[in-house]
Amino acid sequence: MSTAATAGALAAGTAHRAAESPGFLSPSGVEITFLLVGLVTLGAAVVTVTTRQLVHAALWLVVALGGLAVEYLLLTAEFIAWVQVLIYVGSVVVLLLFGLMLTRAPIGRSPDADSGNRWVALTVAVAAAGALVWVVVDAFRTSWIDLDGAPSGTTEVTGASLFQHWVLPFEALSVLLLAALVGAIVLSRKANGGSAPGAKDPSASGTAAGATRTRRDQEGAR
Amino acid sequence: MHLAYPAVLAALLFCTGLYGVLARRNAILVLMSVELMLNAVNLNLVAFDAWLSRAAEDTLHSGQALALFTIAIAAAEIGIGLAIVLAVYRNRGTSDIDRLRDTAEGHDPDDPDSDAAGRAVPAPAAGEKAEATA
Repeated sequence: MSTAATAGALAAGTAHRAAESPGFLSPSGVEITFLLVGLVTLGAAVVTVTTRQLVHAALWLVVALGGLAVEYLLLTAEFIAWVQVLIYVGSVVVLLLFGLMLTRAPIGRSPDADSGNRWVALTVAVAAAGALVWVVVDAFRTSWIDLDGAPSGTTEVTGASLFQHWVLPFEALSVLLLAALVGAIVLSRKANGGSAPGAKDPSASGTAAGATRTRRDQEGAR
Repeated sequence: MHLAYPAVLAALLFCTGLYGVLARRNAILVLMSVELMLNAVNLNLVAFDAWLSRAAEDTLHSGQALALFTIAIAAAEIGIGLAIVLAVYRNRGTSDIDRLRDTAEGHDPDDPDSDAAGRAVPAPAAGEKAEATA
């Protein structure tokens, strides 16, 4: 709450100066902070998709997602920022690290982290970036976000709108999360149990279960 | 704040994630890139919510609500995706998506089949997985 108040005060101090005469490129304090944090976020994202060390990619993803949380705070969306920190930095990256370790990802540099079509991918990404940036800058050249006054994304405001106007999607989302939970458990159990109904060959399922059990023992011993 | 700053940052993050999805071979790195793309969308949603709540007197706060929904769906997606990747790794012994070409159309027979590639992968404990896929 205090962080949001600080961000709100910062926004109030700079935005009313910007609201008087919003020049085309008259950077205020919030904009400069946004730009610097955005550069850090973008750099971390680029390192995430280009590094050859898989664990480092996950750790740079933490930097990128944390930078995005700071951007949410600068946009006065306090609740989204803390949800971002809790869910992405707290759980998603930990899940990804667990996945990397369970699939025996190499710890050091792995030379085959990038596929052979990376130049095609780079061409597509640069073309998409150019087109998107051109269109977006051309479309919102004369639009300013007014961050003055009460912040628009405090927990109170977000909760009120969420439970007044968005109750039904919220409930549907909880059902979806339950379905995802059950689905993840089913997907994980199918390869585990030898008598699972998804096993096609009953003669091979015994060896599969034995191999899985051996691998589990190895991972437990690690 | 100029609206172009968050919009341009979101576009660049999206394209970074696009490059990662297209260029990476490890399935978990592809999932990380998908997370980057989803976060770019979230940044757009939050920025336009902050813009519209003043410019259009929007009290619905649809941007923030949709950003929350996107975060929850991304969490569900990463759980299911990792479960699928782990199941594939147990069956094939690899999480390299270039080798999973069972449903690829018109791949030449010179190209080793994904099952053969799964057996021939020089990963540790490849023998067990070859038994498991047999």
